[in-house]
Amino acid sequence: MKPEKVSSILTAFPSSSKIVSEPLGVVLIISAWNFPFLLGIDPVIGAIAAGNAVVLKPSESSPATSSLFARILPSYVDSSCIKIVEGSISETTRLLEQKWDKILYTGNAIVARIILAAAAKHLTPVVLELGGKCPVVVDSDIDLKAAARRIVVGKWGTNNGQACIAPDYIITTKSFSPKLVDALKTTLEKFYGKEPMKSEDLSRVVNSNHFSRLTRLLADEKVSGKVIHGGERDEKQLKIAPTLLLDIPDDSLMMQEEIFGPLLPIITVDNLEESFDLINSKPKPLAAYLFTTSKKLKEKFLNSVSAGGMLINDTTLHFTNTNLPFGGVGESGMGSYHGKFSFDAFTHKKGVLHRSFVGEVSARYPPYTPRKQKFLKAVLNGDITDLVLSVFGCLKS
Amino acid sequence: MAMDLERVVEQARETFESGGTRSYFWRRSQLRALKDLLHEKEAAICEALKLDLGKHRVEAYRDEIGFLIKSVDHALQNLKKWMKPEKVSVPLVAFPTTSEVVLEPLGVVLIFASWNFPIGLSLEPLIGAISAGNSVVLKPSELASASSKFLATNLPKYLDNKAVSVIEGGPLVGQQLLEQKWDKIFFTGSARIGRIIMTAAAKHLTPVCLELGGKCPAIIDSLSRSRDVKVAINRVAGAKWGFCSGQACIAIDYLLVEEKYAPFLVDLLKEKIKNCYMRPADLTRIVNKQHFQRLREMIEDPLVADTVVHGGSLDQESLYIEPTILLDPPLDSEVMKEEIFGPLLPIITLKKIGDSIEFLKGRPKPLVIYAFTNDEKLKKRIIEETSSGAVTFNDAVIQFALDTLPFGGTGESGFGKYHGRFSFDQFSHRKAVMRRSFCLEFSFRYPPWNERKLQFLRYIYSFNYVGLLLLFLGLKRCSST
Repeated sequence: MKPEKVSSILTAFPSSSKIVSEPLGVVLIISAWNFPFLLGIDPVIGAIAAGNAVVLKPSESSPATSSLFARILPSYVDSSCIKIVEGSISETTRLLEQKWDKILYTGNAIVARIILAAAAKHLTPVVLELGGKCPVVVDSDIDLKAAARRIVVGKWGTNNGQACIAPDYIITTKSFSPKLVDALKTTLEKFYGKEPMKSEDLSRVVNSNHFSRLTRLLADEKVSGKVIHGGERDEKQLKIAPTLLLDIPDDSLMMQEEIFGPLLPIITVDNLEESFDLINSKPKPLAAYLFTTSKKLKEKFLNSVSAGGMLINDTTLHFTNTNLPFGGVGESGMGSYHGKFSFDAFTHKKGVLHRSFVGEVSARYPPYTPRKQKFLKAVLNGDITDLVLSVFGCLKS
Repeated sequence: MAMDLERVVEQARETFESGGTRSYFWRRSQLRALKDLLHEKEAAICEALKLDLGKHRVEAYRDEIGFLIKSVDHALQNLKKWMKPEKVSVPLVAFPTTSEVVLEPLGVVLIFASWNFPIGLSLEPLIGAISAGNSVVLKPSELASASSKFLATNLPKYLDNKAVSVIEGGPLVGQQLLEQKWDKIFFTGSARIGRIIMTAAAKHLTPVCLELGGKCPAIIDSLSRSRDVKVAINRVAGAKWGFCSGQACIAIDYLLVEEKYAPFLVDLLKEKIKNCYMRPADLTRIVNKQHFQRLREMIEDPLVADTVVHGGSLDQESLYIEPTILLDPPLDSEVMKEEIFGPLLPIITLKKIGDSIEFLKGRPKPLVIYAFTNDEKLKKRIIEETSSGAVTFNDAVIQFALDTLPFGGTGESGFGKYHGRFSFDQFSHRKAVMRRSFCLEFSFRYPPWNERKLQFLRYIYSFNYVGLLLLFLGLKRCSST
């Protein structure tokens, strides 16, 4: 909250400058269903820290959490300035007709466009936390056991793949893929047992809409015959087993849309450098992961691939470092938050300049004589010599 | 024409994707080339500004050329530093892990410039976009046609024209440009067009920076020293009539003063005008007939015309409007509802100067609030109880020249900021990068879940290292990386 002192240039001497962090006003937070508690409260923390009033609209697809907020938050926080609005599309539409000082939305790119267009009417700045197909590039010279564990927990251990930063698909070399597949299968069994459909450690698919969507991805004829592990489904319980697919075509539905579920395609290439072209042919994702010990490959990855965030030799963990900005780029979103970035996201940085009446420079004002012009030029160029000379009328124009 | 435009954008994208704009050396070469252009073409720039706005050479240098040279120099001096990844600390629990933020160019950016500082408002964002390693398409304002032509002719001679292009034209060209996909759009202009641009940008999820305007008030408190009063008058008059004739987003729009000081203030301003702002050669003219007409209608509103205490004369032929002072025009008149953007200065009187805070509440947030006062309590109240892009005490407009202060609005005056380092950041993506090692595996990260693992997580999130240590029996070390 403390104003930040900044330096002033010689031209403006004597003066002092600082940047004051000011709340924006009344902010709207529209959160998602997959981490309904986190994605509701985390932005609220930033908004409150920055001094704003907040309206939180939890997702209707997580109704238990939504009603939990509505019931318990008012007894903990100042409910005159922190409010919950429950509901679905029509309530959200009505909220978007209001004028907000900032909107933070977590969700998908389709709804994000609607929100951005609505915000435009009131010139409301927005933060959009979207998703994308987060790729995992796997090299061969690695600790495969550790890597497999980190991939599996990042995918199925993170809301069963229903997370914006969950690994979406893997790219590895043709020669390494059998070993990787084995390691993944072994790890899956270790974590979820021989019958993962019975495991209590796996989240279910959120609702029948998403279950149908995921079924449709599996039913695409382009991926038929490509399932190499899992594939079991139980519509009644909304469960799909951890599923691996090998070398599905790029124009299949599963490789064109964000999966957001427990299906993991593995794409093989001859040479890992080809993976960067594949990743760059798709919209920029929220996260991109690489498992390697090669310094060269790490640097190439960092320089050639653009994503919201990147993690080497692990998955999803960067989310937890509050010193790192969390946000997307391109189709994966705009703006960022977490830690101080949350505070900044909900703050207006107001420049405050204190000038003194001393040190008046008449060259600033008309009528503009040649002498004034020389002086001004010297001042603007920060040229002390010319400045002194012009003051004494010694400069030729 | 549309095909040419698409081809230009395509080429900008190809150049960006080939990596042509990313190296330090490329960025530095472009900034140096811009500096050369500003030095070598100073006369031509002044000529263009004279044609477009009748701007005096001094204003042209002070507000555009000189200002840009300073900005380019600042960028050249700091570019290496700005491009460097920022190391970020990592909590001990995540050892061994390193984190950093890498500044990455966004890609292909579109810059819309305004007509009042047609060179300055084109090249200042361009400096930021190039420093950040982007390809750029610049659309200057068609209302400043000589400046637009200057940029279209000269930028390709100095800069890498596969990466930086100028597209001239009016609203139709603007619309065609908005149909393309951009990685960022930077707009300087009115709130009305700002809304159109943001709506178009929404289709591609393109982030935008909107530098808009508003009615920038200047609160004039009583000043005990006559020297302070003299300086204040200089600065107020300069920030209106000496600054593109008030056609500037940060020009003083209107004054707020205690009613008992109003006559004194009016007299001082009249004298200042007589001494400094009577020669048409020193004053920028009104940009075109349409804006002239808009301002004419403001003054000729019968309820407003009665409040003219100085000036008021207009000459359509030369697009000249005399520096004009209005005393307490009705608050619901056009001149007090809309951004004036011209040489008319309303003075609104209040019972006490502290009432200015109430006056400003409920009004759209302007780009700047100015206050001329030595009262520290009033200054504090202004900072804390009002909202605006920026606040400047005891001067006006000059905050524009400081590279260390973010320049941008809030609310109706826009969002996003630039100048100095803020320009570089505006056109960059801050990519979070975390590097982990294969050593040090913690089994509590992985299912199957149990209470012990949950306990580990509780300790981790509360940074309870003692608790963790006691639970550390499950630590697994690996023998190779």
